[in-house]
Amino acid sequence: MRLTLAKRSPLPGWIQVLVPVGAILVTLALSAIPILAAGGDIRLSYASLFRGALGTRYNFLETCVKAAPLTFTGLAAAFAFRAKFWNIGAEGQLLAGAIAAAWTGIHAGSLPPAAAVPLVCIAGFLAGGAWAAIPAILKTKYKVDDVVTSLLLNYVMWHIMGYLLFGPLQMPGSSWPRSPAIAEAARFPVLLARSRFHLGIVLAAAAMLIVWFINSKTVFGYQARAVGVNPRAAAFGGINVNSVILKTALISGGLAGMAGVGETAAIHFHLLMDISPGFGYSGIAVAMLGRLHPLGTALSAFFFSVILVGAQSMSRITGVPTYIAEVIQGMSLLVMLVALLLTEYRIKAVRN
Amino acid sequence: MQAAELCEKKTPPAGSPSDGRNSPFVVEMCSIRKTFLDVTASSDVNFTLREGEICALLGENGAGKTTLMNILFGYYAADGGEIRIRGEKVSFSSPGDAIARGIGMVHQHFTLVPSQTVLENVVVGSSGGRFFLDLSAARKKLLALQERFGLSVDPDAPVWTLPIGGQQKVEILKSLYRNARILILDEPTAVLAPLETKDLFSTLKTLAAEGCSVIFISHKLREVMGIADRVVVLAKGAVAAERDISGTSERELANLMVGRELPERRYQSVKRAGNTMLEISGLTVKNDRNLHAVRDVSLKIASGEILGLAGVSGNGQRELAEALFGLRSPVSGSVSVDGKQIPTANPRAAIASGMGRIPEDRMTTGLLLELSVEDNMILENHCRFRKTGMLDRPSVGKHADRLIDEFGIKTDGRYAEARTLSGGNLQKIIIARELSGAPRAVVAAQPTRGLDVGAIEYVHGRILEARNNGAAILLISEDLDEIFQLSDRVAVMYEGRITGIAGRNETSREQVGLWMSGVESTCA
Amino acid sequence: MEQVFTLTFLTGLLAAMMRMATPIIFGTLGEILAERSGVLNLGIEGIMLMGAMTGFLTTLSTGSLWLGVAAAAFTGIILSLLMALLAVWLGLSQHVSGIGITLFSTGLAMFIYRLAVGSPTNPPTVQPFTRTAVPLLSSIPVIGEAFFTQYSLVYIAFLLIPAVWVLLYRTSWGLSIRTVGENPFAADTVGINVNLVRTLCLAAGGALMGIGGAFLTLAHQNMFLIDVVGGRGWISIAMVIFGNWDPVRGAAGALIFGFLDALQLRLQGLGFNVPFHLFLIIPYLMTLIALVTMSRKASAPAGLLKPYRREEKG
Repeated sequence: MRLTLAKRSPLPGWIQVLVPVGAILVTLALSAIPILAAGGDIRLSYASLFRGALGTRYNFLETCVKAAPLTFTGLAAAFAFRAKFWNIGAEGQLLAGAIAAAWTGIHAGSLPPAAAVPLVCIAGFLAGGAWAAIPAILKTKYKVDDVVTSLLLNYVMWHIMGYLLFGPLQMPGSSWPRSPAIAEAARFPVLLARSRFHLGIVLAAAAMLIVWFINSKTVFGYQARAVGVNPRAAAFGGINVNSVILKTALISGGLAGMAGVGETAAIHFHLLMDISPGFGYSGIAVAMLGRLHPLGTALSAFFFSVILVGAQSMSRITGVPTYIAEVIQGMSLLVMLVALLLTEYRIKAVRN
Repeated sequence: MQAAELCEKKTPPAGSPSDGRNSPFVVEMCSIRKTFLDVTASSDVNFTLREGEICALLGENGAGKTTLMNILFGYYAADGGEIRIRGEKVSFSSPGDAIARGIGMVHQHFTLVPSQTVLENVVVGSSGGRFFLDLSAARKKLLALQERFGLSVDPDAPVWTLPIGGQQKVEILKSLYRNARILILDEPTAVLAPLETKDLFSTLKTLAAEGCSVIFISHKLREVMGIADRVVVLAKGAVAAERDISGTSERELANLMVGRELPERRYQSVKRAGNTMLEISGLTVKNDRNLHAVRDVSLKIASGEILGLAGVSGNGQRELAEALFGLRSPVSGSVSVDGKQIPTANPRAAIASGMGRIPEDRMTTGLLLELSVEDNMILENHCRFRKTGMLDRPSVGKHADRLIDEFGIKTDGRYAEARTLSGGNLQKIIIARELSGAPRAVVAAQPTRGLDVGAIEYVHGRILEARNNGAAILLISEDLDEIFQLSDRVAVMYEGRITGIAGRNETSREQVGLWMSGVESTCA
Repeated sequence: MEQVFTLTFLTGLLAAMMRMATPIIFGTLGEILAERSGVLNLGIEGIMLMGAMTGFLTTLSTGSLWLGVAAAAFTGIILSLLMALLAVWLGLSQHVSGIGITLFSTGLAMFIYRLAVGSPTNPPTVQPFTRTAVPLLSSIPVIGEAFFTQYSLVYIAFLLIPAVWVLLYRTSWGLSIRTVGENPFAADTVGINVNLVRTLCLAAGGALMGIGGAFLTLAHQNMFLIDVVGGRGWISIAMVIFGNWDPVRGAAGALIFGFLDALQLRLQGLGFNVPFHLFLIIPYLMTLIALVTMSRKASAPAGLLKPYRREEKG
């Protein structure tokens, strides 16, 4: 007797949508293990998590605030992975965007907000896109693996930022790695009173719609999907695969850069070393949970944000370390993978 | 005794000595059943093999021959039925079990590692539990086997340097090294030239004389008549008939394979051909190993003409087709359609020149299996449906529906994922995509490989139709029957060069066979 | 500036090179085992971190360094078995499985550490490995001190290089591994259990990765920090490509990286007028450049990245 995988006939659409939901439930259930190990009371822990993230108006809006960068990096990963461009460099692209946004913001003092804010966004988008173009060029021109190059560039950009924050971009007179504040005009306006709900969140939602539009309605979206599914056949059909990969990288990097823009222009107003607690890497898990679909990615980003924000209050109330958020994040990715598999195959017991 | 009767007998009565050991049958497969998803590959198949005989397993593509043998080899597990080796019931969960019982299989796709040497390929996995590789002992054993069975290959040569015939010898040696007494060969002549086939057949006869039993899977009637002692015909997953070779004929077997009377294949007379439409000049192309695969090939095909390029796979046809498709950059030479030279290594340019292209590997090169039928239809002309950067889905849908209807593609609608379609219907998608636009030239590489008879007839019909509409057609095929049925002129490719070219009526299969083996060449 | 050319400087540089290269050698050898059997293990960064953490905590609580190393190896095996479950047995995308393992392991490592240690103002430390001198050889000037007065784990790492080479090229197991990586169908048809071979290679590789991580917290430093691995897992992956999947070449790459890492650290203290962050970039840049030059000729095992399943349709 042994177990094998047998292909199953395609599941109807509505089940496909439920799969991420199922994965989330399984993940939450499994996360009881580390919570218990940390000595946390189960009911109290989950309650404080959800209340901390969704219980009050302020908490809910804070969750939205944290969801914005996750949405951007999630979209960055989803958009790239769809074309099988393994962009693991969202973290570095985010930093590039943050640096560009900070520099532009610092020097935009004399501009009106209507000009400064878009300028900051464009600068961040372009910087992120340019940083993502490097692994794309290395892949298309030199056949270098995109996983390794995009990863290594994260570290390079991290050190570049270190250099800048201890050097040219350092707040004069300070010994901390911190930039001067960006001009008032360049800051993202807060849209809802008594909260930090800012323009960046709306931009993230808009980005989701734009990515959806590109994917499903445009010729480029069709080409990117073809390249992701079978680059050889795509080339056979006359699609310029290298051009598609490069454009995908530019957009993907730009989206990640926007995450950096948001954090700089809406949350911290300075450039800091720890401007990103790993949003770039989380974006990958976000994208997978969202099945690489723009709407799914946004919803998944919201879920991750619930966990991130909720873990803080859970930690305060029950003493479970905040890192439970990262544990849940990693678990959800693994659970989602298995769930995706089970939509295509079922486990069969075979008699010998 | 027929297999079905034998299987009726089942186990000997209790108390009697196990009859099995006196059985003249080395292999008995009874009531074998196998389904994949909802496709029945084998239904209630009974198959037997006697010691020292060469038994052919005949059937068209998709009849279930490979599946049945994969079950015997332990690669697949049957869903039902029983296998007995020399009278003893066996149950295989992996090829390792079958090998332990003396069964060896030479698959259609070689199981060799090109970068390793012959010796390493033969020895892998069978060092009898010894930790360190003892290549010298293995070499001795291998050389002894080579002597005994007349299969000579250099043990230290990396496999990729060997010709296909040599690689096949390594495959056979692999089985013999593991003391196989039952050898299964799956379509072994598909990759061989006629002379190499003769070589293989004499090897098989030697094996049979030494007491080995051979199962020979093929869909080529002529060869089966030439080598087998007995033939089992499979059709649609079930045994259609069993015959001794002496008691049957090609015609009877052909009818049994398809289950109906086949009309005589008639060569279709040609309309008067026009001007040169597709011209290939001095094309030289390198393969993945940076060796010359196509050497200075020049061909001219007129509008309304089919030039059949015959030749065994591996003589440069793949690289030639890829160069024509724009997937491979030639070292030198040019391609022109209707007098206009096409930029090379540019699929877009090839498409724009009005070339219909049917690739050899339809799944890996021609189709996007995870996408819908509709998305596959527009792979080449999707830009035509562009409206301000957006894809005009309604028009795309209409286009796809029209083609599905016109070409009779069996699918659950245009949104169905391509990989749910059968091989024949997948090829129809490609045919629809490539031939519906009234192409000026068509390059078709192995267009009917792996298809069942119905699909083959369909593809032939469409190719002829394209020709009658004025297209210049280059038909690259390793199937001589197909070449002779369809072509107006026949050319042969051997080791990258054209070794012979003649009008179809001015040459014969024998002559073409000689050209295919490089024995003769009418070209300088 | 003259300091560069003293023997002391050279000796110190070479000794540091050996130390910096060691974790990468462990990582590279571990990854080569996995990839030669056809599985890209992107979980390496997370596995090394978990190894660093469990090794450290085990030593902290038991006082035994070697027990810590063993715990790290064990952790590496467990996580690699999880990778095997996902990528080999379930056939999931190796890219995503690996990244998932890294994300999960990173979170888990931080979580468990925080749970065990809390957040004290002074992070706990252990008594790290001390260097052992190889008799006779360690008396050779310069080389003796740099190469033969090292931590035991350094010697182990360097002994593993020929060991892995012999395993791959001179044993029947190695031939099976290579065949599984190049043509799993071929291996299957001669009775080799492809999935089992891949699982074992992943597990063995995982053990090495875990030990590499433990070296960082038990020898190189004596405490655990969140960024203690700092991308060395990814560097190992790059070194595998750089070395064309050969253990000796890959280790050579690791040595070069170690050299550059040690060099940039020392150059910082020499008063060049270049900000030290830019020095930190040098090893990564060199790796990228090395990859670009190697990738043209690189030949990955042909079966890499593809899960192996017996074909569904006959």
